[in-house]
Amino acid sequence: MQWEIVIGLEVHTQLSTSSKIFSGASTAFGAEPNTQACAVDLALPGVLPVLNRGAVERAIRFGLAVGAHIAPRSVFSRKNYFYPDLPKGYQISQFDLPIVGQGSLTIQVPTATAGQTYKKVVRLTRAHLEEDAGKSLHEDFHGMTGIDLNRAGTPLLEIVSEPDMRSAAEAVAYAKMLHTLVRWIGICDGNMQEGSFRCDANVSVRRPGAELGTRREIKNLNSFRFLQQAIEYEAQWQIDTLENGGTIQQATVLFNSDIGETRAMRSKEDAHDYRYFPDPDLLPLAIDNEWIEQVRGTLPELPLSKQARYVADLGLSVYDADTLTSSREMADFFEATLNEVPKGAKLCANWLMGDVSASLNREDRDITQCPISPGQLGGMLKRIADGTISNAAAKDVFKILWSDGGNPDTIIETKGLKQMSDVGAMEAMVDEIIAANPAQVAEYRSGKEKVFGFFVGLAMKVSKGKANPAQMNEILKRKLAG
Amino acid sequence: MLNSSLLQLGAALRSKKISSVELTQLYLHRIAALNSKLNAYITINEEMSLVQARAADVQLAQSKTHALTGIPIAQKDIFCAMGWRTTCGSKMLSNFIAPYDAHVIEQFNRVGAVNLGKTNMDEFAMGSSNETSYFGNVKNPWNNNAVPGGSSGGSAAAVSAHLCAAATGTDTGGSIRQPAALCGISGLKPTYGVVSRYGMIAFASSLDQAGPMAHSAEDLALLLNVMAGFDERDSTSLQRETEDYARDLNKPLNGLRIGLPKEFFAAGLSADVAQAIETSIAEYKKLGATVVDISLPNSRLSIPVYYVLAPAEASSNLSRYDGVRYGYRAPEYTNLADMYEKSRAQGFGEEVKRRIMIGTYVLSHGYYDAYYLQAQKIRRLIAQDFVEAFKQCDVIMGPTTPTTAFNLAEKNDDPVQMYLSDIYTIAVNLAGLPGMSIPAGFGSNGLPVGLQIIGNYFDEARMLNVAHQYQQVTDWHTRTPQHIEV
Repeated sequence: MQWEIVIGLEVHTQLSTSSKIFSGASTAFGAEPNTQACAVDLALPGVLPVLNRGAVERAIRFGLAVGAHIAPRSVFSRKNYFYPDLPKGYQISQFDLPIVGQGSLTIQVPTATAGQTYKKVVRLTRAHLEEDAGKSLHEDFHGMTGIDLNRAGTPLLEIVSEPDMRSAAEAVAYAKMLHTLVRWIGICDGNMQEGSFRCDANVSVRRPGAELGTRREIKNLNSFRFLQQAIEYEAQWQIDTLENGGTIQQATVLFNSDIGETRAMRSKEDAHDYRYFPDPDLLPLAIDNEWIEQVRGTLPELPLSKQARYVADLGLSVYDADTLTSSREMADFFEATLNEVPKGAKLCANWLMGDVSASLNREDRDITQCPISPGQLGGMLKRIADGTISNAAAKDVFKILWSDGGNPDTIIETKGLKQMSDVGAMEAMVDEIIAANPAQVAEYRSGKEKVFGFFVGLAMKVSKGKANPAQMNEILKRKLAG
Repeated sequence: MLNSSLLQLGAALRSKKISSVELTQLYLHRIAALNSKLNAYITINEEMSLVQARAADVQLAQSKTHALTGIPIAQKDIFCAMGWRTTCGSKMLSNFIAPYDAHVIEQFNRVGAVNLGKTNMDEFAMGSSNETSYFGNVKNPWNNNAVPGGSSGGSAAAVSAHLCAAATGTDTGGSIRQPAALCGISGLKPTYGVVSRYGMIAFASSLDQAGPMAHSAEDLALLLNVMAGFDERDSTSLQRETEDYARDLNKPLNGLRIGLPKEFFAAGLSADVAQAIETSIAEYKKLGATVVDISLPNSRLSIPVYYVLAPAEASSNLSRYDGVRYGYRAPEYTNLADMYEKSRAQGFGEEVKRRIMIGTYVLSHGYYDAYYLQAQKIRRLIAQDFVEAFKQCDVIMGPTTPTTAFNLAEKNDDPVQMYLSDIYTIAVNLAGLPGMSIPAGFGSNGLPVGLQIIGNYFDEARMLNVAHQYQQVTDWHTRTPQHIEV
């Protein structure tokens, strides 16, 4: 019998403000422990939180980007629990009145067939603002634990989805789309190693059509690969448990990436009673339409809109459009390149997703670190489009542009890479080839058309690769036909 | 000199009749002589006070002065003051040296006032008798067997016994007004949000408000002028035009409508206090005021509402005292949970623990709706009662407390009896209104009676006017405890 996997994600995105959500301390990563924790972050007696409007503005940006309702009034609540890296003994979060309401995110999910995807809309339940905790440092302190409060008070936007995903692949596609979006709209740097984008996955399994099964929550997955592995392991574990007659207990689990397994951290019975109540130190957060509209005015064109435009107006495939909108930088690069060759969308797409991406990958760079500018790349592609150079010659131009830079036209000129388009000269060349190879000509004319490849190769060799292949083919066919 | 008003002291300082250092030393000598008996101060730091006094004298010599420059003010030990031990009356913070200044402290420093010392208080401001202080109870200067009231009992006793020129207090459910009444001084709790809470150690954030404690309404006005003002570090601080709270002191009271809530004169009010209050009201009629009978029907619920909301907020506010970063940590423990438990069990006193337990309970899953939410609803009804009442009157008057000061240890075994001593003051905090207490005679045992004046939101200037006019025709506020030499 079949099992259906049901997944909902809670993603914590660290908002890219320079100071903390309730204090003026810096949020920069990697400082010496406790050097970026001010009196408020240390929860000294008498200190009070003051809301950072930059964090609110970023939450509004997100809400608008996912088509969600922005609450005109939202409330900060205290989530009470004791932990050494939680200096106040409570986390300021939002509980029953979050800043961002229901929205949705459209994702492209890869299928087993390379290049094939299907579209899915994932509903978002809510997104709310909260502060991060500090860190416990268990190494370096013999028999003790060190506390680093640099991260305490860093602004987070927790984005909660509905349990709409049905496979690890869908969950990963959703997480990746969210990751793209938050960077796209400039609210989060997306750095997963530094913990700027962390996923919790709620996983359950059920028979298709049945009620939702009991879920277990996998905490703190900080890479797409771990997200995939953890969900796959967890779902299989739940299926095996149920098929062996067991039951699933609601629990919080951790994924051990070394052994690829999930393990229960705490069960529902010892779940905290967080005693949420509205934080009396903060007034309800009021957001008027004027503020919302002002933020809306600064939003860039969103990936989904770009994708649709690339497909409808530029004739690109969904797969190409999806890849080119994987980041705002990639899309910007593509569009700037396209500016140089307005009719060469497919050509631009092929080169960006082909040679450019391969070269970047080889050198472990991203598109913002590409040594070739869109102007240079477009200038070169323009010469392919107008027949000045062949694709083969373009690869040489590309290599030179990559390593030495320069102007593509100058490179074509000085390296003599222009392709031969002089019909008379090509006809003379073909005449010579036919005259020098009577046996092969006879073979071809007797019906062995495979020999045609021999003539093409010869022609390219004689022309030193500069012959325009289409023209040369046409001349060869005409002359060989006799 | 000790009987001088703040204005008179300021004039003496500016005319060089006395220097700030001399005035500060005068008070320090009195403290040295009397504090062992009254226990009004937790921390005295002569060196730090005199540094400020010397700086004030330099300012005075250059005539760059404010009305309070050079005047020694006692600060309730709830305000963080940089370099000063700041204990909040608790063992938990008995070793805590504040690394920053509270807004209130900054404001006094800015005008060149001298911090004379940190006054005793109920632990974390939880108490009505000053007996919950880890540093021992304070004695009422009028009768050393009686309590001074709480939680600002140290400040009230210090002002009453002339161990400072004036003092600060904080009022969450009556903690300025009740000790002011019991010690025969004047005290004002401003409208919630008028004085920044930044650096004031939190008890119940939505109720806590700092205010001045002094001998007269005129002194209170000068002090409030320094303490009040918008502070962006407190999100509940109100952004308003700066006002001079002394501007209306001398206005006549003709036509003033005084509302007398029948609930404040019902069973539970002792006869001698009732008598003193009635005499005061008669005095106001002579000054041209009229009296209106009003009702605050929901005020009877203020104590139960308060003892849900204040402990709820306190249970969360006091979570930071965990022994991890500062404050008391138990000397021996076996693991993290044990460290938390032992540090908090040993570091907090009984009343604080009782309120943390109550607060934790009312916020717990399954009880939140029945207690916390319900209490919030009633809180709004209580505030609405005042809105209705102020349609009929300009100020509300009544007793500050049901009785004069009770004896030490008298109510220690019965927390509810202790809580009832704030029965007339708590509703004012729940509504966020300004309230004050001024001396209004003596009870049958010779102990002071306080008259409570409640104003509408932001009506502090009018309340001070109302109090000042009374103090122009009475002398209760100038009386000094018999066995305190001045």
